[in-house]
Amino acid sequence: MSDDVPTLELRDLHTDFDTRAGVLRAVDGVTLSVGRGEVLGLVGESGSGKSVTGFSIIGLIDPPGRVSSGSIKFQGRELVGLPEPELRRLRGRHIAMIFQDPMMTLNPVLRIDTQMTETIQAHERVSTAEARRRSRDALGQVGIPSPEERLSAYPHQFSGGMRQRVAIAIALLHNPALIIADEPTTALDVTIQAQILAVVQKLASERGTSLLWITHDLSVVAGLADRIAVMYAGRIVESGSVDAVLDHPMHHYTRGLIGSVPSRNQRGHKLVQIPGMTPSPLNRPAGCAFRTRCPAADSACEVEPELIVPVPGRELRCFHPAPDALVAA
Amino acid sequence: MSLIVFVSVYAIGDPVEILVSPQATIKEIEQTRVALGLDQPLWWQYLLFLGHALQGDLGRSFIFHQPALSLVFSRFGATLELALSALLLSTMLGIALGLVAALRVGDWVGRTIMAASIAGLSLPTFWVGTLLVMFFGIWLGWLPAIGRGEVATFLGITSSLFTRDGLAHVILPASTLALGNTALIIRLTRSGAVEALQSDYVRFARAKGLSPTRIVGVHVLKSVLIPLTTIVGLEFGGLVAFSVVTETIYAWPGMGKLIVDSIAVLDRPVIVAYLMMVALLFVVINLVVDLLYRALDPRVGPHT
Repeated sequence: MSDDVPTLELRDLHTDFDTRAGVLRAVDGVTLSVGRGEVLGLVGESGSGKSVTGFSIIGLIDPPGRVSSGSIKFQGRELVGLPEPELRRLRGRHIAMIFQDPMMTLNPVLRIDTQMTETIQAHERVSTAEARRRSRDALGQVGIPSPEERLSAYPHQFSGGMRQRVAIAIALLHNPALIIADEPTTALDVTIQAQILAVVQKLASERGTSLLWITHDLSVVAGLADRIAVMYAGRIVESGSVDAVLDHPMHHYTRGLIGSVPSRNQRGHKLVQIPGMTPSPLNRPAGCAFRTRCPAADSACEVEPELIVPVPGRELRCFHPAPDALVAA
Repeated sequence: MSLIVFVSVYAIGDPVEILVSPQATIKEIEQTRVALGLDQPLWWQYLLFLGHALQGDLGRSFIFHQPALSLVFSRFGATLELALSALLLSTMLGIALGLVAALRVGDWVGRTIMAASIAGLSLPTFWVGTLLVMFFGIWLGWLPAIGRGEVATFLGITSSLFTRDGLAHVILPASTLALGNTALIIRLTRSGAVEALQSDYVRFARAKGLSPTRIVGVHVLKSVLIPLTTIVGLEFGGLVAFSVVTETIYAWPGMGKLIVDSIAVLDRPVIVAYLMMVALLFVVINLVVDLLYRALDPRVGPHT
């Protein structure tokens, strides 16, 4: 496979949910790409559509939801419209997923070895003994002590951090080309978060695995991702390399997000917040969805802004980018 | 338990009046009363009963003049095979239909199953039983309507389930007995499976690329079996204890039929022996359920 074919390429992806109140557009024209071995941080607040984007890629959007238009290309192959059995062969083998809450993702009544070997045997014809051996090695790689004994344990005998390690080990079993991580550290405390991040970063870079890391936590992205895409109300509003976007945010939503991170310098001052709330997908403002909360909005914003390239390597969906950021970039 | 049964059976009526012939003289009646020990005060009768019970003797039937316990035991096999058939039928059918209903929530298949289960829960056994006898036993003539079929002994167990004729006889009563239970199991399985299907672990299982068969057959089914075990266990006790109606309709020679006949003639020792047996059965079933629970649910039991 040549290097110029990205591992994942989304073009104008739309995912809708048919509800009684109308069609709910959770993902509204997302375009992004993840190169081989690249880590893309997909950042946004709750309800911005970032998780739905992840589930759309892996084909796990259940009715009443559906991918209504757009294209999802994995290693150059179109996934939209692929029949379910074909998708199933990709899932877990070439594209793996890690979920948010490790307390909920493992089946409480099945042993760890069952849940690991079934993943191997769903895709390869190998003996149970061989599958077990590989599972044990995978547990060892994610830093679980005495993996042989732990294989026979049940999920409730593990802590949250250890369970997420097991989930990561399961995701890594087939050396997938892409791992979609849906806020995998959100439910963990900070020290465990750091450990999990270190494990994933090490294993992904060793194997050249691409990562789509979905999170609302900018500090996680800062340390892990190569590039960052900021999502708001179902659209990507800004993207670029992590350093460029975090140091010189152009979109006022990105600025608001960065400004909302509490830091020591702000002691004694009121915490900064973005005014208002994420608009419901049922009644988003026409034009730029952020304009009702944006300090720079004017009548021009009532028209949908196109995605522009203000400087090479950056993409932006805004008529009034922050001037100082433009100068700095 | 034994005290409650003893006293309440005493309160039902005087068996002597039924036992003696209508032409009996007062002297004859008194003789019968003394012979059965019914002239003694109640507390003394109870103590005597307890003393004998501890030695495994629950008294003799007034009618059959056999030990009550062995009389009940002799009918136990027939009831047990009926209850087991009903249990097997209702769990297999109930779990299968319940899973289908969970997978087809909202469409006509799911709705039909749920509607049928409501009917199954609300139709009274005696009515359904009579209907089945009329329809399959009499009009169509496909299946024998009453009685127990030929028995055969296999591995030391004598049962009518080992012969063709016996199986043909057991189908109708077992279906009647299983009806309410099947409906209950369908509903429990469905609600459990619907919940499991929406859980994160099923989503994760799908993200692993597992086949739908594996997800439903292993991940969902095992989660559903845990709450189901408790109910099925208790229901089994109910099947044995309350097969009374079914056995009466089909003239099935089991414990239920025996107890109805015994109550009619106030055969106290048999009634007491039967109720003691049923109580013991419930205790045993609960123990088995607890043990099964440990085998099924890793979160129960000592932690390692």
